[in-house]
Amino acid sequence: MIDERLRAWSEDELGVAGVVLDVVRAPAGVLSHDGARVDPTAPETVQLAADLVATMRVSPGCVGLAAPQVGAGVKVFCVDVSAHPKTRDHHGTFVLCNAEVVEASRNEKAREGCMSVPDFTGDVKRATRLVVTGELPGTGERVTFETNAFEARALQHEIDHCDGLLFLDRAAGAHAIHARKTYL
Amino acid sequence: MTLHAITVLGHDRPGIIAETTDRLADLGLNLEDSSMTLLRGHFAMTLICAGDATDADISSALSPLADDGTLTVTVREVPAEPAPVATGSTWVLTVHGGDRPGIVSAFASEVARVGGNITDLTTRLGGELYLLVAEVDLPADADPDALRAALDAAADRLGVGATLREAEADDL
Repeated sequence: MIDERLRAWSEDELGVAGVVLDVVRAPAGVLSHDGARVDPTAPETVQLAADLVATMRVSPGCVGLAAPQVGAGVKVFCVDVSAHPKTRDHHGTFVLCNAEVVEASRNEKAREGCMSVPDFTGDVKRATRLVVTGELPGTGERVTFETNAFEARALQHEIDHCDGLLFLDRAAGAHAIHARKTYL
Repeated sequence: MTLHAITVLGHDRPGIIAETTDRLADLGLNLEDSSMTLLRGHFAMTLICAGDATDADISSALSPLADDGTLTVTVREVPAEPAPVATGSTWVLTVHGGDRPGIVSAFASEVARVGGNITDLTTRLGGELYLLVAEVDLPADADPDALRAALDAAADRLGVGATLREAEADDL
């Protein structure tokens, strides 16, 4: 179930220090455009990967951050759901480039928020069983792995960002978007 | 037995729903459908109730609510509508982008142009982000891809993003 290579990955492999970046908010255009594919071994991709992890680390409650959220219209994101109570299986902290969903099943509806949409939360139906493929920044290794529950939701949310979609675009109905009442 | 459409709109405060429904209950009226929410801090309630009271009875019973001038109450008898028979498909339209006048009218017009019926619609403004989410019934002969293209064109004109997805039913 757990991909050991991915589980063992950490930002130390990148060999560069991450810089904390500003998070872009909707309606910024970069959040609504399909991101470009990247060369995972390119130095700018490696630096972006480190920056995404650094920015995620300093953002309270943040379990994932995609490149468009820091103003870069490319398909790179980081995820770390290890500390979240809804998590079942997880792969710790990792960054994926050019990720795609290979298989998805068992949809469930749950509430989502997003640092780029600070005033709203929304009920979104997502698969809870997921197979994802993508490339690791730095080495460019392709990984294909299975995950579930909250990590599956986080991955779909971040892959959507890379494709120019917000959780708002997947609202389950006219009453599925709510004013945010608590901020972390 | 008659049906009455009632609206209560105005400055929000605790107790509006309790006072309104208490007075309607005293008249023996049954709340059949209702929608109650806050819009930019204004309380807004629309309800359909059934019973033997007249519009005049209901207006008289609810008039104390409007005494201090902060609430507006309207009462109107309405005919019973037959439940529509679903023949087409149901879709969810999401639009988000920078706030500007004309977003709702632009997208509602495209939906109407293909004979689509908006059955539920919410708009919200959060910071600089304007959001529209609508549930849309499309007739059986509508072409969703053509509608999507028209919505995309409207989105480009307005500088916003729009997505149209078929509503997913929860089969239990």
